[in-house]
Amino acid sequence: MISLTPAEIEALLLSLRISGVAVACALPFAVAVATALALGRFPGRFILDAIVHLPLILPPVVMGYLLLIGFGTRAPLGAWLYETFDLRFVFSWTGAALASAIVSFPFQVRAIRLSLENIDHGLYQAAETLGAGAIDRFFSLTLPLALPGIIAGAITAFAASLGEFGAIITFVSNVPGETRTLPLAIYTAIQTPGGELAAARLAALSIGLAFTGLLLSELALRRIRKRAAS
Amino acid sequence: MSIGVNVEYHLKNFGLSAEFNIPEPGITALFGPSGSGKTTLVNMIAGLVRPNRGHIQINDHVLFEHSRGINLPVRERRVGCVFQDNRLFPHKSVRDNLFYGARRNPHKLPQDEQQSILDMLNIAYLMDRRPNLLSGGEKQRVALGRALLSNPDVLLLDEPLSALDHARKQEILPYLEWLRDHRKIPILYVTHAIDEVARLADHMVVIDQGKTLATGSVFDMLGRTDLATLAGRFDAGTVLPARIVSRDPKAEVSFLECGEQRLVVPYLGRPNTDRVRLHVRARDVMIARTPPRDISANNIIPVTITKITDTPGDTIDVTMCFGQDADATLLAETSGRPKIHARITKWSGSRLKLQPHQKVFAVIKSVTVNGQLRDR
Repeated sequence: MISLTPAEIEALLLSLRISGVAVACALPFAVAVATALALGRFPGRFILDAIVHLPLILPPVVMGYLLLIGFGTRAPLGAWLYETFDLRFVFSWTGAALASAIVSFPFQVRAIRLSLENIDHGLYQAAETLGAGAIDRFFSLTLPLALPGIIAGAITAFAASLGEFGAIITFVSNVPGETRTLPLAIYTAIQTPGGELAAARLAALSIGLAFTGLLLSELALRRIRKRAAS
Repeated sequence: MSIGVNVEYHLKNFGLSAEFNIPEPGITALFGPSGSGKTTLVNMIAGLVRPNRGHIQINDHVLFEHSRGINLPVRERRVGCVFQDNRLFPHKSVRDNLFYGARRNPHKLPQDEQQSILDMLNIAYLMDRRPNLLSGGEKQRVALGRALLSNPDVLLLDEPLSALDHARKQEILPYLEWLRDHRKIPILYVTHAIDEVARLADHMVVIDQGKTLATGSVFDMLGRTDLATLAGRFDAGTVLPARIVSRDPKAEVSFLECGEQRLVVPYLGRPNTDRVRLHVRARDVMIARTPPRDISANNIIPVTITKITDTPGDTIDVTMCFGQDADATLLAETSGRPKIHARITKWSGSRLKLQPHQKVFAVIKSVTVNGQLRDR
């Protein structure tokens, strides 16, 4: 077995951490937005829908640029977050996580929304006649019934954020050990004279990671389906 | 125990105006063809559909009153619903489904009553399964249990048998009879199947095209030929209360008593003195002017014609009361002496020169014995 260099391991772990944190932090928001879109009837639903899907259509560089304007240390929101919570995004892995979260957000929302829309409305009526209020119904029916969709959404979003490049490099630059994820490391290797081998190794690592991810998600979905059927 | 409903509801191409009162517990059939508004009406009582006007009341519990702006939320109405499509929660075990309502209800049923419901429904062996592994009949039993365990004031059954095949229906019917006879809960039973009405119901509300046409006891209503034509699938006939008195030595037939009339039916396998409910369809009754002899039909009843009604098509409905004494027709109106209906062709009617007050013989080709009659 070929052993990985410290720099490769660093990039791999950083990628996993950034994607993991991005998906975990975005998940509650994704569930909330998906619920609002799937079950809510309110003015502005269409606009919310469009905003959520924006990262899918916009070039990632534009997303990174917008983030820089919004969350840079000199931007009002960024400055406020820095002063109040000591939260700095620029040149930091947290910024990379924020960029990944926003870019992969639509994947989560779409999957969760789809599974929410598939829930038979009659079940809610039945629960209501049995004395369950709205919040009770959400936790006893909506969440568990949407669980396969939530997991599928999280896995897709995780995979999408592992590959994020444009938004990260624009927003938080390419700092080794801080924001240099696998795609950025590959880009750096290609830019370096004589870095072809390093780039190939990193690319192979990415492919391996993608395969493992696919395999795990397939296993997870199978287990959920099996549990639902038993 | 009573249910009072008087509501109006309008949609673009559907209007509903219903009014009925049910003063007693027992099963009330809400009967009408598909699309007549039965389910909408039940959903209004449950609170799932809001009427435009009117009021809905169960006992002295006002659920909806337009003029006073009262519209109780669904979960405060204390109604137990069983839907056509069972609506069991697919991600929960049978046990968790059953107690979903009970866990959320501050007025729980006592433990022993819960147990007797579970025992009666015979679902102990299903407890740990998921609903998708149950048969159609088992699902409806669990749905029935779930509604009952939530300790409702009224049970709303919306065509609970219509998605089941004949064998499964026969499997569920005894449970519904048990409910009617052993639990003091009013049941509103939506159906378009007349045999279910004849077997289960005490009262009947007939609804067609969004309007309640008539309300009354099932014994009176099933004989009303005017409703027959209005409500389409209504297969006119007679429901008669009877008592088992004896059987023949070989146990091939049972002898029943209906009023003073003795009837013979295929052996019922039930103890004497059991009260049963007979359903005789009008088209299974023939009329003879003299008592026929050497005939295979077992039941030949001396009767007096009280009324002859035209029906659309080439048939007439003949209403007859039991007995041939001089004041038979009078007694039928005043003392509830049993009546029976026959549907015969117009041609037979004029050939026999049938007319009211005439003394004839009703020849019954077949009798359906429908379960046990409630003792009151």
